[in-house]
Amino acid sequence: MPKTETYTLNMGPQHPSTHGVLQVVLELDGERVVQAIPQMGYLHRGIEKLAESRTYAQFLPYTDRLDYVSSMGNNLGYCQTIEKLMDIAVPERAEYLRIIMTELNRIASHLIFMSSVAIDLGATTGMMFGFRDRERILDLFDMACGARLTYSYIRIGGVKEDVPGEFIDATRQFLADFPAMLTEHHTLLTGNEILYHRLKNSGVISGQRALEIGLTGPTLRASGIDYDIRKVEPYGFYDRFSFTVPLGTTGDNWDRYMVRMEEMQQSAAIVAQALDQLPEGPVMAKIPKVLKPPAGDVYHRIENPRGELGYYVVSDGSTKPYRIHVRRPSFINLQALNEICQGTLIADVVAVLATLDPLMGEVDC
Amino acid sequence: MSKQIISSELLLELQTQFSPAVAMIGENNQQALLVDLERLLDVLTRLKNSPEYQFNLLSNLTAVDYLEYFEVVYHLYSLPLKQSVTVKTRCTNDQAHVPSVTALWPSADFQEREVYDLLGIGFTGHPNLRRILMPDDFPEHPLRKAYQFTPNGEKG
Repeated sequence: MPKTETYTLNMGPQHPSTHGVLQVVLELDGERVVQAIPQMGYLHRGIEKLAESRTYAQFLPYTDRLDYVSSMGNNLGYCQTIEKLMDIAVPERAEYLRIIMTELNRIASHLIFMSSVAIDLGATTGMMFGFRDRERILDLFDMACGARLTYSYIRIGGVKEDVPGEFIDATRQFLADFPAMLTEHHTLLTGNEILYHRLKNSGVISGQRALEIGLTGPTLRASGIDYDIRKVEPYGFYDRFSFTVPLGTTGDNWDRYMVRMEEMQQSAAIVAQALDQLPEGPVMAKIPKVLKPPAGDVYHRIENPRGELGYYVVSDGSTKPYRIHVRRPSFINLQALNEICQGTLIADVVAVLATLDPLMGEVDC
Repeated sequence: MSKQIISSELLLELQTQFSPAVAMIGENNQQALLVDLERLLDVLTRLKNSPEYQFNLLSNLTAVDYLEYFEVVYHLYSLPLKQSVTVKTRCTNDQAHVPSVTALWPSADFQEREVYDLLGIGFTGHPNLRRILMPDDFPEHPLRKAYQFTPNGEKG
């Protein structure tokens, strides 16, 4: 009788399911996962260090390059932190535009998530359809700020400029078309039996444990914990909109998928309400050309598509930040990978990675 | 913006209980508890476990190099009570060691490793204190103020 031994298998660093560069060192007992240790750092650019030699405004484009599929949220989190530090009031119209942009970006980001789940599990068409629909949102962003990925649209004190007239009509048209798009995704993917059986009851994490590990965002809510910063600590005008927070029950791969699918619908509803309420007026507060926040430190968090995005900014009273730390949800969520994967089959690791939805640009910062 | 900061009565109570190891610093949204290194774990354990605080989410952990000393910062949030608090502690440059909070909040695991990697602060009791972002053989801690980008002094 031969003795069975565990062996090590390196997944990545270039595995397509890792949305960037991640290596997962798997310790396997046959096909069963004993350990799944993520190794990161391949994309580390030292953005926090770079911040210390830039002015406050110059750092903004760097935030675009963290979670680069939801850059609007990164812009927003950073700008609001500086506004909190300097006590800057943002014009109403800008607040609405910010919410429209970040919620559209949430839909775009979740479409990428859906596409990655599809392609990671071998469904190419599912991916194509997700990317096709995301193009519509990128066109809207292109209209508003001339960029499709790194926007720098939300600025300290407001937004870069007002949206052109056709933006409103195009956004309404998108919202009108969106339910049909969603139905198509549900028919193609959600209703697919193979996808269902790949995701259901695998990669389970309990709510209690998810919280201990520090999971946030849809990944936490899939385990049934109702923690959405837009609800518990409303920033901007989130308290003026009615929307529900989708929750899962078991915290398996399927719940993480479904929570995000439902969140897209809620985001579309928020955008529709924001368009209806959108007031006229300026979109930028009067702020000095070179910002000099008073000495002090502040932490501010927002709900980004991957969870709690926080900025901790320390000012020494000069024109450059003394220290900026970014609390990246992907980085902290990745801590759950090892625990979730233990005991599953090697094929499930791909599904768990897809539904945890880490983005390596953000993990490595 | 963050409004639900922990109530001042609870802060005062904490201050009296752990006096003189806990001081209140800063105002409004910059309010924080400055805790002596020796009592840090006691204070954090109380903040996490006692029913009037219930800070069950360690949402952020980071550190700052103030040249004379390092400051480690904890941002806690309580889901049941919807309150948040900032806790800070300080350690000197030549004794850059802080007790690990991974036993209280496993979410500190990667975050403490990141602080160790980039700032060179040790966390006593961390189960796996290794570099996380930089290569294993990297000799320095880049987020320290003394670290320069390139030998030529080009600072970007």
